[in-house]
Amino acid sequence: MHMSDLSPAAPPRRNWLQQLEIDLRLLGMIGAFALVCLCFWIVTDGRFLSARNIFNLTIQTVSVAIMATGMVFIIVCRHIDLSVGAILALASAMMGMMQARWLPGIFGLELGHPLIAPLTMVTGLLVGTAIGALNGWLVGYQRIPAFIVTLGGLLIWRYVGWYLTAGQTIAPLDQTFLLFGGAEGTLGVTTSWIVGGLASIAALWVIYGARRRKQSHGFPVRPIWAEGAVMALVVGLIMGFVAILNSYELPQAKLKRIFEARGEVMPEGYTQGYGLPISVLILILVAVAMTVIARRTRFGRYIFATGGNPDAAELSGINTRLLTVKIFALMGFLCGLSAIIAQARLQSHPNDIGTLDELRVIAAAVIGGTALSGGIGTIYGAILGALIMQSLQSGMAMVGADAPLQNIVVGVVLVLAVWIDIQYRRRLGMR
Amino acid sequence: MTPLVEMRDISIAFGGIKAVDHVSIDLYPGEVVGLLGHNGAGKSTLIKCLSGAYRADAGEIYIDGQKVDIRNTRDARALNIETIYQTLALADNLDAASNLFLGRELVTPSGLLDESRMEAETRRIMARLNPNFRKFADPVMALSGGQRQSVAIARAVYFNARILIMDEPTAALGPQETQMVAELIQELKRQGLGIFLIEHDIHAVMKLCDRAVVMKNGQRVGTVRVDEVTDDDILGMIIMGKKPAQAA
Repeated sequence: MHMSDLSPAAPPRRNWLQQLEIDLRLLGMIGAFALVCLCFWIVTDGRFLSARNIFNLTIQTVSVAIMATGMVFIIVCRHIDLSVGAILALASAMMGMMQARWLPGIFGLELGHPLIAPLTMVTGLLVGTAIGALNGWLVGYQRIPAFIVTLGGLLIWRYVGWYLTAGQTIAPLDQTFLLFGGAEGTLGVTTSWIVGGLASIAALWVIYGARRRKQSHGFPVRPIWAEGAVMALVVGLIMGFVAILNSYELPQAKLKRIFEARGEVMPEGYTQGYGLPISVLILILVAVAMTVIARRTRFGRYIFATGGNPDAAELSGINTRLLTVKIFALMGFLCGLSAIIAQARLQSHPNDIGTLDELRVIAAAVIGGTALSGGIGTIYGAILGALIMQSLQSGMAMVGADAPLQNIVVGVVLVLAVWIDIQYRRRLGMR
Repeated sequence: MTPLVEMRDISIAFGGIKAVDHVSIDLYPGEVVGLLGHNGAGKSTLIKCLSGAYRADAGEIYIDGQKVDIRNTRDARALNIETIYQTLALADNLDAASNLFLGRELVTPSGLLDESRMEAETRRIMARLNPNFRKFADPVMALSGGQRQSVAIARAVYFNARILIMDEPTAALGPQETQMVAELIQELKRQGLGIFLIEHDIHAVMKLCDRAVVMKNGQRVGTVRVDEVTDDDILGMIIMGKKPAQAA
């Protein structure tokens, strides 16, 4: 149609980086993350990248990262959710009351009953999902701006939780429930290796499957060396991560207590690695599921289409109102999930649980490249964003920077990240 | 011969203003009918009742002589009515294949999107419509006006449209691209599609259409065969709101 398009079909020669077909923005974010790690590694004499600190860093990131994946969908659809911290707090309050008061007191399950943890968690997930769906209904069907609905929610839900608990901190919690907090529930060395191995096989299978699908339609694929390099990189990352978590060992004093509790004597020179925490495993599963939803399902496709052009989505027969309900309900579900992990990590329900999480979650999504104008965002970006923020905070705490300075730096990084993203998009000729 | 589309006595009002006031039009297979009129004459509103974007307050729509109820764009598509909107209605952040199949995605047996098959199908139809189209991996915001138009047309043609509605398809295009759209309309006409063409440009209507419907203030001024009237006759209908005497 265009005269300028009449050039011959020969594909332009690509450099090695293009042949790898790795997303440049992903590369940029990993580069930024690596830079942050490198700086703190130098300043802390290597302590920042010790197995112990990496282990703690991942555990601390999980709760915000899980919610950030949901926030990507919300922001891509041109909405916002300011109530996630409050929903987390209410779900946590309900779960605290459930396991410490209602189930033992009203339903007569004695402490330690195997049903307490599952019932509690289902309650938390249901509460989150229900409030999310309510938000979505108010935004989608009643046409109240999401900013207002969720700003109201920010004020409402935390304090509904406050009345439930009469303002008290709820503890102690169920022992099984505590496994979801992080350090108290890890897979151990052997199981972690097995999980890492299975994950590697699955990743290779996905890469291979994508290549075969492309070939079957005659589309160009990566050269073999590039495919091999990507596969090696992925497996290396997975197994390296597992190796680091496995190399962090339980303190000797704690091991001794465990053996004593079993009535045994700890053998001389005995050590035991933590391995993959259950909460981190949950985050990884959430990340995979959300990525599949975003890229390979109608639901995800419609979220991005609606964010790109709401009128076009409507004219294509997409029910954008119901879509809004689903997105907010999913966000609420993820808040419930984060509530389980955050509460188990703190080993109690304090009233200020999840305070300011809405801002951390939004910042994580935005640092990860989600555009507030809608239509653009990735799940991996949001998780990396959460990781970058947590690294900054944790690193600065290690260096001895006080809380006000930490906030200043995170704020500067937020604005800087968005500015770089805008420059990058302008280069590519996008909006 | 039964008309492909017959819209009888359609009325629609917005807050007391009669946007369309008892208008009847029809369309036969292999025919191009132009809809002309000033901005606000009601031509887009009338046609949106057919494409499912609006629901008429009164009146009936017949497809192949059968009365139909078009409640939304899904219903219209099920009746093989496809629309190319003036704004093109593309999601700028998605690529050509995602836009082509938006709302009607191809899925694998496991229910996941079949991206490869959608891209292959898109390449197939683009090879026919716009053989120079290469940007299959880019979001459509990176495409030129003509390329975007060809994506919008491909979307309408791919799903075996029988009735095509084009709302000023050449408004944003250069001369060469306009020529391509004109050729495409001729080709689709030969295949037996019925086409409603909403246009401002009288010359385009005289060149492409068999009949022209002129509207003014929500009412139909008249319907004429373009080979029986001159440009000035139609201009007179648009401005004066009166049918020329010799074509009555």
